[in-house]
Amino acid sequence: MTDLLEPRAIGRDLARRDGVAKVRGTATYAFETPVEHPAYAHPVQATVARGRVTAVDTSAAEALDGVLVVLTPSTAERLASTDDAELAVLQTDEVGFRGQLVGVVVAETSELARQAADLVRVAYEERQHDSVLSVDRDDLYAPEQVNAGHETDTAEGDVGAAMASAAVALERTYSTAMYHNNPLEPHATTALWDPAAEVPLTLWDSTQGVHPDRATVCRVLGLEERQVRVVCPYIGGGFGSKGTPHANVVLAAMAARALPGRPVKLALTRQQMFSLAGYRTPTIQQVQLAADRSGRLSAIAIDVVEQTSRIKEFAEQTGVPTRMMYASPNRRTTHRLAALDVPVPSWMRAPGECPGMFGPEVALDELADELGLDPVDLRIRNEPEVDPETGKPWSSRHLVECLREGAQRFGWADRPAPRHRDGAWLVGTGVASSVYPTMRQATSTARIRYADGRYVAEIGAADLGTGTWTTLPQVAADALGVDVDDVEVRIGDTEYPIASVAGGSSGLNTWGSALVVAAREFRGKFGRRPEDGDEATGDVDQAAQDEDHAAYAFGAQFVEARVHADTGEVRVPRLLGVFACGRIVNPRTARSQFVGGMTMGLSMALHENSVWDPQVGQVANHDLAEYHVTVNADVGDVQAHWLDEHDPYVNAMGSKGIGEIGIVGTAAAVVNAVHRATGVRVRDLPVTLDKLLTGLD
Amino acid sequence: MKPFAYARPGSVAEAVRDVAAEPAAVFLAGGTNLVDHLKLGVARPDLVVDVRTLTSREISDLPDGGLRLGAASTNSEVAADRRVRERYPVLAEALLAGATGQLRNTATTGGNPLQRTRCVYFQDVTTACNKRDPGSGCSAVGGYTRHHAVLGVPAALPDPTAPETCTATHPSDMAVALAALDAQVQVLGPAGERTIPFADLHRLPGDDPSRDTVLEHGELITALDLPPLPAGARSAYRKVRDRASYAFALVSVAAVVTADGPGSSTVRIALGGVAHKPWRATRAEQVLRGGPLTEDAVRAAMAAELAAAQPQPGIDGGNGFKIPLLTRTVVATLRELVEATR
Repeated sequence: MTDLLEPRAIGRDLARRDGVAKVRGTATYAFETPVEHPAYAHPVQATVARGRVTAVDTSAAEALDGVLVVLTPSTAERLASTDDAELAVLQTDEVGFRGQLVGVVVAETSELARQAADLVRVAYEERQHDSVLSVDRDDLYAPEQVNAGHETDTAEGDVGAAMASAAVALERTYSTAMYHNNPLEPHATTALWDPAAEVPLTLWDSTQGVHPDRATVCRVLGLEERQVRVVCPYIGGGFGSKGTPHANVVLAAMAARALPGRPVKLALTRQQMFSLAGYRTPTIQQVQLAADRSGRLSAIAIDVVEQTSRIKEFAEQTGVPTRMMYASPNRRTTHRLAALDVPVPSWMRAPGECPGMFGPEVALDELADELGLDPVDLRIRNEPEVDPETGKPWSSRHLVECLREGAQRFGWADRPAPRHRDGAWLVGTGVASSVYPTMRQATSTARIRYADGRYVAEIGAADLGTGTWTTLPQVAADALGVDVDDVEVRIGDTEYPIASVAGGSSGLNTWGSALVVAAREFRGKFGRRPEDGDEATGDVDQAAQDEDHAAYAFGAQFVEARVHADTGEVRVPRLLGVFACGRIVNPRTARSQFVGGMTMGLSMALHENSVWDPQVGQVANHDLAEYHVTVNADVGDVQAHWLDEHDPYVNAMGSKGIGEIGIVGTAAAVVNAVHRATGVRVRDLPVTLDKLLTGLD
Repeated sequence: MKPFAYARPGSVAEAVRDVAAEPAAVFLAGGTNLVDHLKLGVARPDLVVDVRTLTSREISDLPDGGLRLGAASTNSEVAADRRVRERYPVLAEALLAGATGQLRNTATTGGNPLQRTRCVYFQDVTTACNKRDPGSGCSAVGGYTRHHAVLGVPAALPDPTAPETCTATHPSDMAVALAALDAQVQVLGPAGERTIPFADLHRLPGDDPSRDTVLEHGELITALDLPPLPAGARSAYRKVRDRASYAFALVSVAAVVTADGPGSSTVRIALGGVAHKPWRATRAEQVLRGGPLTEDAVRAAMAAELAAAQPQPGIDGGNGFKIPLLTRTVVATLRELVEATR
């Protein structure tokens, strides 16, 4: 049990502290950092999907007036560490995927750098590439573990026997597409290498974590942490793609090091982001469910096939939510990977849970259909008493309450019959559950200082649009027992104490916990009447850590879908989610997170699809005109509600993290609603009209 | 981006002369497509001649009851014009179905029909494309064909190495409406003025996919003339796309229906998103001429029109769905127009 803070600032609907600066355009993002006399870098990318660079002719590029530096695999500095092949930029002639970095041009203007990059002639020895994911590849392998340190496979009981003897057994294959994070702000860095300075390398980098960013850059370049500063006050979105530094950050640093004393700016183009900034692997999910006539599950299993890059492994933990979501005596989850000649996959909002709650949540709807049960009731019937994976009790679990309140708010009981028609449109409703683990990172330190009648807290945390600038002061104010206006929190700079990455919905849980420790330390040392300059620090590892409970946030999402009876066009006029995520620190920024996540889930359901072209070996639709995300006209009434959930185990704020759960389950709910509207079950995302046409009259 | 010279001459005639004199010169109007192409290296001109303020921005009545749209009028202005909305709703609807408010405020009457295909391979200079780089081949064959042609292509899987292969579609919504309206294109070129029926402005790839239109180098569209529609004619534009806004058509239909008498109508149908040019469905129009516009009759007419269609296999199932989708969309569009005329 943790002593929960008495919520005074926590829970208040405070406006974003950085809002005015952002609306006025005065908030500076990485690329805009004001620096003296900047130079501009533009990458050169491989145009073969597999092979070797045999020659690079830079003469035409270097002949242009204003070109300062051209780096190639044979002229670039040798990096201290090349263990991570994604970051071993320009260290080898080998090409592992199309779009990989094979050079960079630095010039006086960005236009000139781009022109010169076009003039770099690269010759290749091209080899046959292999980039098609399928379940019947003979080279699928089991990784040692999957993302976030989860076991690759789990098994309990005998799924096969349960399937054979069950009243109803369902076996289906589902697939999710390849997705690219596509934050509005591209991956961008302003880099300055000044060997004579006390801190020789400064990176103003768009990153979800200045300290993890610095640690990686130091390892790759062979620098001490004191030699590098990373600054990032504002981020124009990341969705995980800025959670770990990608090759562009290393390239920017190398370009700066080739031009000592001169700041170098590098921003990826939208097209370049499709090969250099990570993405979510496509997944193929073979799901098995066995149940009795009342809908009680006797078996649940998911066997996942997904891809990674041949040069670096990333194994999305797609099967993980199936391990804990519902009660069933027999269970199995497996992950198998194909290592292909493709760019390196990475984190994208709710890795694991987002794709992993698609197949099973659609399968449950199919099971409900087969049993003639309400899909809400089916889920409630399979509510586990304790965490099926660990046997631990839940710190709090209110999925059933989310389902019931959502059903009531949505008007689920009065939903129209299957294939209901309203004018030219077929109307259907669907439901799915959401889940996300409550995580806290092991490392983060906050420092609180009293100065001029105010409390200034410093921590190298990140605000990628989530509201950190606003919510951390709320936590600090309650921890110190002062008004929120008397607290200033500074984030986004390695000059401040170490902080973990903004990822895994762990930011507030982690940094807030460190702030609470620091505040208690401060009050313990200096009492209620501190003097100017009084200062205390606190580490997250000093905060109470509960090991005895399974901690997750839950939710339920309800969807109304309309399908045009002539053309198969899909519209979703209503999305409604109810979430149980512990205490909500700021309803305004929280609602924005939930609604944003749900909208991104709608986008996954209907639109997003990185179309992989195996002939060329790249994403064919690599810009925002062709890679569709849901636009305003697609978004109707999106409502996010939450329960007033009390959880005394998770942390002093009682908060569970909300950045990711909104995207989890949405796509399944859309598919289920479309099925109710049309009778067509789309098992491979996205739900495009061509998949519905044959089922329409 | 390759550096280029920029010129803003004092008159249309001067602009035409400047472009005609320089083989690697292009006209710039709204720039919504050309500027992208300059950045991507798809267009690599030596000279860009800005005609944005040179051609007329007027929308004016013609003596025959039609309308003249000056080449510099914006898509927003034309879509909002009361005469266009009342007399040519198909055009207003097509314009509003295209792009975004910001783009429509910039894009022009003269420029919109000359925008180039959004084929992903055409727009990526690292892939083979006969339209961008004649003779290099066609990457779309067996590739990402969702937005590609099913009409006016010789085969389901044309030879990707042949220099004439191109399955690109023309992306303009406005152009589909103009094809149905029998618009006339006013052109000024080095050899003087000429008028081109809109249906003849765009061409099929033939043996030179690099050419989208019949315009010669240096020829500039100065205006588009809309002839009057017959009394009682009704028109509509229906666009079907992968999201509700800001997406190119998978298929689109521009239709004009005129009731000739009881049980008899004249129909004009143009199809978008399915061919290298806005596709006037003349075969279907013939089948329907003088007969009743029943759903069965429309289906039969579309079957005749689509008999030669060639679905292009490719990623995610290719584009064969466009063939039933076209028929369904034409049936739905004509159904609504007929109901509205009752």
